[in-house]
Amino acid sequence: MSAETIQSRREWLLSDRPASRLQARLGRAYVSWRRFSANRLALVGMLIIIALLVVAAFADVLAPYSPTVGDLKNARLLAPSAAHWFGTDDLGRDIYSRIVYGARWTLYVVILVAIIAAPIGLLVGTVAGYAGGWTDTILMRVTDIFLAFPKLVLALAFVAALGPGIENAVLAIAITSWPPYARIARAETLTVRNSDYIKAVQLMGASPFRIVLRHIMPLCISSLIIRVTLDMAGIILTAAGLGFLGLGAQPPLPEWGAMIASGRRFILDQWWVAAAPGAAILIVSLGFNLLGDGLRDALDPRSGDQ
Amino acid sequence: MSGDTLLEVDDLRVTFPTRTGLVQAVRGVSFSLGRERLGIVGESGSGKSQTGRAIMGLTPPQAEVSAKKLAFGGIDLLSISPRQRRSLRGNRIAMILQDPKYSLDPVMTIGRQIIETLRTHEKVSKAEARERALAMLQAVQIRDPARVFDLYPHEVSGGMGQRAMIAMMLVTGPELMIADEPTSALDVTVQLDVLKILDKLVAERGMGLIFISHDLRLVSSFCDRVVVMYAGKVVEQIKASELRDAQHPYTRGLLNCMPRIGFERHPLPVLDRKPEWAA
Amino acid sequence: MTAAIAIQGLEVVFDRFRALKGVSLEVREGESYGLVGESGSGKSTLLKAITGLAPVASGTVTVNGKPLGKTRDKAFYREVQMVFQDPYGSLHPRQTVDRLLQEPLAIHGIADGEKRIERALDEVGLGKGFRFRYAHQLSGGQRQRVAIARALILEPSILLLDEPTSALDASVQAEVLNLLEEVRRRRKLTFLMVSHDLAIITHMCERLMVMQNGEAVETLTASQLIGHRVSEDYTRNLLRASEGFVRA
Repeated sequence: MSAETIQSRREWLLSDRPASRLQARLGRAYVSWRRFSANRLALVGMLIIIALLVVAAFADVLAPYSPTVGDLKNARLLAPSAAHWFGTDDLGRDIYSRIVYGARWTLYVVILVAIIAAPIGLLVGTVAGYAGGWTDTILMRVTDIFLAFPKLVLALAFVAALGPGIENAVLAIAITSWPPYARIARAETLTVRNSDYIKAVQLMGASPFRIVLRHIMPLCISSLIIRVTLDMAGIILTAAGLGFLGLGAQPPLPEWGAMIASGRRFILDQWWVAAAPGAAILIVSLGFNLLGDGLRDALDPRSGDQ
Repeated sequence: MSGDTLLEVDDLRVTFPTRTGLVQAVRGVSFSLGRERLGIVGESGSGKSQTGRAIMGLTPPQAEVSAKKLAFGGIDLLSISPRQRRSLRGNRIAMILQDPKYSLDPVMTIGRQIIETLRTHEKVSKAEARERALAMLQAVQIRDPARVFDLYPHEVSGGMGQRAMIAMMLVTGPELMIADEPTSALDVTVQLDVLKILDKLVAERGMGLIFISHDLRLVSSFCDRVVVMYAGKVVEQIKASELRDAQHPYTRGLLNCMPRIGFERHPLPVLDRKPEWAA
Repeated sequence: MTAAIAIQGLEVVFDRFRALKGVSLEVREGESYGLVGESGSGKSTLLKAITGLAPVASGTVTVNGKPLGKTRDKAFYREVQMVFQDPYGSLHPRQTVDRLLQEPLAIHGIADGEKRIERALDEVGLGKGFRFRYAHQLSGGQRQRVAIARALILEPSILLLDEPTSALDASVQAEVLNLLEEVRRRRKLTFLMVSHDLAIITHMCERLMVMQNGEAVETLTASQLIGHRVSEDYTRNLLRASEGFVRA
């Protein structure tokens, strides 16, 4: 592609007078992308997350050994080497392979929690904010109750009630992480509900349901995406914490938190057993945080009119 | 007028860096001001407010101000230190902004704000400062100065707030006052009261006044001279009394396009903007 | 004779603050009626009360012969539409003009959307080139034109105008006022227009009501006002103030 066509495409995207719905939408996305990509660290974060996705998708190809079956006779607690990049654990399993497969579980937890918690928070927050009055009071007091407990303690209580296991851990984390989203969505809703453009839609005869769904929610979504991305690190850590306490993923699942827990016993002599999953958690958390920061710059509804 | 020139502006430019390159908000504005009332009129984006801010030294830090000459009472404003600039500001040059709500400190009583202003620029005792603040509130025709003295800005009406703002700005006895849309946020009847006060004080104290506004008719009824700005440039300078004979089509258009009581015109004449005006 | 809007003894109370204290007025069909007053006079509240955005404590509002209850139905909004004061606040920041204009059509299940949108944009002098722009890609005057197009797209018979030009530059104001007069003539609309500016009201309206502190001061025809044939001091003050500054 010549420099000229790139130039003219850019102009097409940045045009002040888009000629079609598609051009308007793409132009808007392009402006956000430019803002996002101006932030180097955000790009690093995005690369980390893309790497995580790739690793999770191609775990079968990337992992040289089975994540669950080890060589108990010959390969217990081997130090990192060419054959076992990150060494092996007490059951003779290749730690590198376990981390590669663990990426799947990490993503599984993070994505499920986001899909469950964010919409609940969004719905509760926008409805409370828009309806006001009793609805608002009741919904927000429920939110306060959830907020009053430390997240991990509440999650522990839920897992204790539901029984250990990664699905229940996901559910417990989701149940404990929606209240902050509800707060954000409500605050955002309160700032826009009295604006003229919402009044204008009311004067079109739109139902409250339609106003919340089609006019208020889209305005809350960007702050929510930012917050959820920034929370991903916390979700991973909570999941790891539950795994570490033996209430999350159950053996032999290669979940990173559970891996650290089982490596704890050898932390002084065979440090790599706990260090490798620890580093994985650190890097992925960092990646999500950097990405979230970048998204804040790119999507912030308060910065300009975009 | 050379002996009595208060402010000289020659080829003033204010440039803002933006995502798409440099944008000149003010493009070579020149005028001089004696102890008189000068109006700067223009529509949004004409650069009138940025001109006022540049004189005041309140241009946002990312923007660049340049001029062949920007002198106040013989002092070159562009070459003095920020510190000297600050001591001029509020002391010898004062500014009134559009909405008192945003320019008064919400957590300080009106009286204390006036005293603070006075005491940062002059060495006076607390008792004397209080005395002068009360006198100043009286001078802007606040009926019960002692009561208003102890009120917070949100406790007074818009007109009262703007009077308090004028009192605060005038207490140090400045020589030049820049008023940026000082009455646009006020009701019409209150607007005239505030203007009357401003007019009286400016006349009594022999101050120079720069009155920045979008309202050509108001400015021409209040000022001695009018500078008309368009797209960052001065298109016309004219005596207020001769405004009817304005030459530039923009000035004439601006005067004509407003509805007037008793002059029925349907449709109203609209402004046909010519690209060469901005050239 | 039919009245487009008839209001009797309207009271609006916000948390014990009486914003409107028993105001009555009658706007004839096809008439352009002005409400003049300063801030706090209740002129905007009156418009809000008609549209159901302000709580009516007592009094009746009748539109096109139909008395209105506590809530407004969809049919009401096809009769009455409103243009807001602030062109920067009245358009959704994340929607294109196209989407903004589609919304009322979708709500009322109107089929010939494409045609109506194009016609509405033409009518307010914007044309197709503006259809897919976002609000931030428009100037103040263009935004107000979009707001007018949005109000007209349901083909109402009554348009409520809340200081539609007070946030605009004088030259743009003239264009928007001309546009409003033009659509009124073409569509035989009834206007109820609020402004603090006597000159605009006398330019746009045949009759007007001067308001102060939630009450009606007096009702005049535009020609009475032009001839200074007013009976209340407050109106006289307003008239004097609108002539600009006079040095004593």
